[in-house]
Amino acid sequence: MTEFVNFYLFPALTIGSIYALGAVGISMIFGILRFAHFAHGDLMTLGAYGILAAAALMPVNPLLLIPFGMALTIFAALFVDRFFYKPLRDLPTIYTVISSFGIALVFRSLIQLVWGSENQVLVAGVRPPLVLFDTFRVSVLHLQAIVVTAVIAVLLHFFLTATKTGRSMRAVADDPELAEVSGLDTAKVVRWTWIIGAALAAIAGAFAALNTSAHPNLGWNLLLPMFAAAVLGGIGKPMGAMAGGFIIGMAEELSSYHWIGDDALISPSYKTAVAFIIMIALLIFRPQGLFKGRLL
Amino acid sequence: MELTGLFFYVVSLLILGGIYALLCLALNVQWGMGGLFNAGIAGFYGVGAYTSAILATASSGRHLGGFSMPVPIGLLGAAIVAGLTGWAVARICVRLKSDYLAMASIGIAEILRLVFVNESWLTNGSLGISRIPRPFADFTTGRMSDVAFLGFVWMIVLLVYVATTRLYDSPWGRSLRAIRDNENSAAAAGKNVEKFRVQTFVIGCAVMGIAGGLSAHYFRFLSPTATDPLLTTFLVWVMLMAGGSGNNRGAILGALSIWTIWSVTEIFTNRLPPEWATRSSFIRMLLVGLLLQVVLQRFRAGLLPEKSPAVKFRKD
Repeated sequence: MTEFVNFYLFPALTIGSIYALGAVGISMIFGILRFAHFAHGDLMTLGAYGILAAAALMPVNPLLLIPFGMALTIFAALFVDRFFYKPLRDLPTIYTVISSFGIALVFRSLIQLVWGSENQVLVAGVRPPLVLFDTFRVSVLHLQAIVVTAVIAVLLHFFLTATKTGRSMRAVADDPELAEVSGLDTAKVVRWTWIIGAALAAIAGAFAALNTSAHPNLGWNLLLPMFAAAVLGGIGKPMGAMAGGFIIGMAEELSSYHWIGDDALISPSYKTAVAFIIMIALLIFRPQGLFKGRLL
Repeated sequence: MELTGLFFYVVSLLILGGIYALLCLALNVQWGMGGLFNAGIAGFYGVGAYTSAILATASSGRHLGGFSMPVPIGLLGAAIVAGLTGWAVARICVRLKSDYLAMASIGIAEILRLVFVNESWLTNGSLGISRIPRPFADFTTGRMSDVAFLGFVWMIVLLVYVATTRLYDSPWGRSLRAIRDNENSAAAAGKNVEKFRVQTFVIGCAVMGIAGGLSAHYFRFLSPTATDPLLTTFLVWVMLMAGGSGNNRGAILGALSIWTIWSVTEIFTNRLPPEWATRSSFIRMLLVGLLLQVVLQRFRAGLLPEKSPAVKFRKD
């Protein structure tokens, strides 16, 4: 039991938090702009490296430097939307998907060009874990990631239900034509979608980099589980994407727990395949996701 | 001496250009004709490469093998196994709309890559398969075998080109393009949309498998890094978009021109100071990414745009 909580449950919740934060952006972009944003993972990497760059100048806790990463990802997202995605908006969305595929590479090669392709750690050294109730040992980082994600989930819920911009965003995700004829400012909605998606991507990137290390493929490797999470939660449902992120993260991590006998249920080297299989199964049997998202 | 060096450089350029041309022709069947967004090219390419390598290589004890089949049999096997994989994937995924198909196919390519890395009884894991034979190994040695291989690759490119061009203009191809352009009206005209799509996907995947097999025989060594999804999948997409999707000649032209740009820039970047030379591949990646954006925004039809064949009526 203790082993399960220490080595499986908390790491799973941490991975789940990272997926949840990334999947919110993917789900909102898919719901509002109607395309699968393949550069979202690399946006996360960019955020992590933005924090890394700030950490080189200011030796404080990297979590305090997240705003620098956010500034970088928000700028990058608004820039590529203006110059690369917007000109394609009237065409079939598949062209924007292809374009975002290219942007993913542009981001990654820029990161490699500026920061090199080695693994870089944000915080050196080993930090002692917290001990709860004398039995559970939890790393501080895992606790931070889970708490931050929970706070963001509450804030996001408040934003989407109580503010005018948040409600317009949900309206556009539900029915873009109706939203447009009702006089909602679509351009503003699009801008806020990118700002929120990119800001959360920076936080997700920061935790992913702190959890292991920063490297140029950091975000790309997380992209497919995040797509799975977005589909699971229902496209255009940010809170669903959050739940989806946690479910996918748990499924991936807990699949290698020795549920039956002494061997891992699924070899840990196939951990990433679990998310894909869930995603493919979902796409076939329940493409609207668990929470009745849009079917595009 | 300088001249022979240049000659063999061009030979190696054209061999890989030919392999990319095959991938481009395959993607043109799937995307250009069928409108199916396959983002898992590297996966099917890898399946073909491993099948052909395992069938043709002598026994080594470190991986499945020891069949020592002739290379053409290996390539045929590559086409069959990649086609079957494509069939399994298509049965599941082909009904999905474009964006979802893209996600699913990338996921499948990733699962296949995990299999290549982890199942070492089959593939010798990350150590890879070595001493893969070349065709005509008995007649040619050394660098001349490159020239023979060049002829072999382009003969296959020619065969696939003729076949896909015939397909394009056939009743099958016309129905396929009707489905691509308007699925509902094609279904209303009595076309079995799903069946056509599965067939398209399988044909494309089989050709991708052949291309993978050829690359294994060319390099004589195969490891999971060969199926890096980045280079293969992405370059092929850029090639087809630049060359003109829907046009087979455009696919070949796009493959050759993008591959030439990609390789020739390497010569220049290698002359940069060492601290920059190591980063040159990132600069090239960046430029290709930006080139794709330019193509998408300004030259969406590509170098050779699609030209629908004229509708001919029989005169009685």
